[in-house]
Amino acid sequence: MKKTSSNRFSTLIYSFIIIWVFLASFPFFWTFWGSFKVELDFFSISNWYNAVTGKNTFDTYNSQFTGAGYEGAWVQEEFWRSFVNSAIVCFFVVLTSLTIGTLGAYALSRSNYKYTFWLLITALIFRAMPPITLVAGYLPPFFEWNIWGILPTTIIVLVSINQPFTLWMLHSFFQNIPKELDESAKVDGCSQFQAFRHVIIPVMWPGVITTGLFSFLLAYNDFAVTAMLLSDENRTMIPKIAAFLGTTYTEGNVMFAVAAVVSATVPLFILVMFFQKKIVSGLTQGAVKG
Amino acid sequence: MKHKTFFWFILPTFLAMLIFIFLPIISVVLQSVHTPHENVLITVENCDPFGCKKVTSIDHEATKNLNQSEPLGKFVGLDIYFDRGHLAIENFKLIWENSENIFSFVQSLSNLPFYKAVFFTLTFTFTVTPIMLLLGLLIALGVNSISKKLRGIVIFFSLLPMIVTPLIGSIILFWMIDSRGIIGNLIQWLFDDPNLSLKASTTLTWIMLIVYGVWHAIPFSFIVFYAGLQTVPKDQLESAKIDGANKFEEVIYIIIPHLMPLITFVTLMQLMDNFRVFEPIVGFSAEAHATSLSWIIFNDLGGETRQLSAAATSSILTIIGVIILLSPVLIRTWKDFKFKK
Repeated sequence: MKKTSSNRFSTLIYSFIIIWVFLASFPFFWTFWGSFKVELDFFSISNWYNAVTGKNTFDTYNSQFTGAGYEGAWVQEEFWRSFVNSAIVCFFVVLTSLTIGTLGAYALSRSNYKYTFWLLITALIFRAMPPITLVAGYLPPFFEWNIWGILPTTIIVLVSINQPFTLWMLHSFFQNIPKELDESAKVDGCSQFQAFRHVIIPVMWPGVITTGLFSFLLAYNDFAVTAMLLSDENRTMIPKIAAFLGTTYTEGNVMFAVAAVVSATVPLFILVMFFQKKIVSGLTQGAVKG
Repeated sequence: MKHKTFFWFILPTFLAMLIFIFLPIISVVLQSVHTPHENVLITVENCDPFGCKKVTSIDHEATKNLNQSEPLGKFVGLDIYFDRGHLAIENFKLIWENSENIFSFVQSLSNLPFYKAVFFTLTFTFTVTPIMLLLGLLIALGVNSISKKLRGIVIFFSLLPMIVTPLIGSIILFWMIDSRGIIGNLIQWLFDDPNLSLKASTTLTWIMLIVYGVWHAIPFSFIVFYAGLQTVPKDQLESAKIDGANKFEEVIYIIIPHLMPLITFVTLMQLMDNFRVFEPIVGFSAEAHATSLSWIIFNDLGGETRQLSAAATSSILTIIGVIILLSPVLIRTWKDFKFKK
């Protein structure tokens, strides 16, 4: 009697988890599969099963799959430019964020003065503000100095608005490293910077990588700021996709947008595959500290 | 650490935040109390053999000079805050006087663009947050009791809705929800109504956005709670079992109290993130039925007109909203800090 009820309970749990995994992942697989079809299959009015079998795709291209959407997006609409722009932006944002972030967070974790607290609280308030609220402040000077629309400006802005987050995250990593470590290095004659460079950073490497992953995601996923600060030809992938939505519907090239969306999702998929543990530890890091 | 060393370590990040966060806030505040200059008009009397005519034209020279001498524009105090596009004080009073009950009051108020956005933002924030907490906890409890070998793969797929760019996630769902997409088809079949479209009704659009919000946010609470579950003391669970507690009682009396700090943490992060809801509105093309505070700012900033003053005012009101939302945490952190000393 007891046995069957606990069996039933675990069946319930397994089905619940299966439903969740399905809900979480199915949309991505569905869109991935559909991106190799023609629009009439992807949006099938007659029969939804066409999206699976690719009936109309077969009629048009004599094959169940077609790369036409990808060709249209990458070649015709020059999505590769946005891909390159995204790569540049992400690379420099991560590099700069981590460089100035580790220095700052290290100082904050090794100092007990009152201003340390106020700096952290200010960073927390900055972190809570939606970045879009700052854009009205950027536009007039950027236009005035003629630096609007170019990648370096956007990179610096993204680095700065992500600094509060980076500082908090690295700060909590640094606090886990015993202070005796740098104290003893200093006793051996290291300057504070040498202690930081040669003793702390090697120990901190995992924390820095985790924080880097999150800065990457923030830069990669940003839409509001990049859409406002980049000119049309310098757009990164996400604003480019948003622009696609407007133009492709009217021109009947929805499959270009679908292909672009899938192309922009693939790097994230790979990232999660390789760094799952790091992402999980990053998410829990702030929390476990309370 | 010495003050001087501290200074050099913190300088780059401090400068970055000063120049690109603090100064822009000041600039936004200033912009919100100024409006662009109107063109200086000049009236000249043109006389020709047929008589004299008064012609009004723009004095370009004077306009340019005025813009140069006062680049911020004309000082208007809090006028923009109270105008129809923001707090709409006059309409607010009228509606207040003419409404019979609270429902009709809210209904009329939501015709004003700012209040419409506030209502949606608050509804979104305060429905998504509790639902994602509950579902995240349930999934964490579920995953914690399945075979260890399966957990990794479950976590992998669970992360996807959160990691994938919000705009992309919402576009993907939007295509499926389209009346020609698979979910749209399914819903039409379920309700046996071939003309049913989720996009056409305000209520359905709100539900759609909230469902998206929950889907996007669940992974975060799930991961955090799952990590928390690994630290629940085993002996407490054992002794509860000996005392005859069932699974449900275990969760209520042992696990939830243990997770409480994490629940607070997730709630705060989520309130903050959901308050800035923006991308799904663009992704679902839902602006006809639902707008949010971030969306109004974006909308004012974009396009040919770039209404900076209006956007700046909405920004300040949003920041005030964030501070109100955050005040309990700020007070608590302050108390903790004092306590530590």
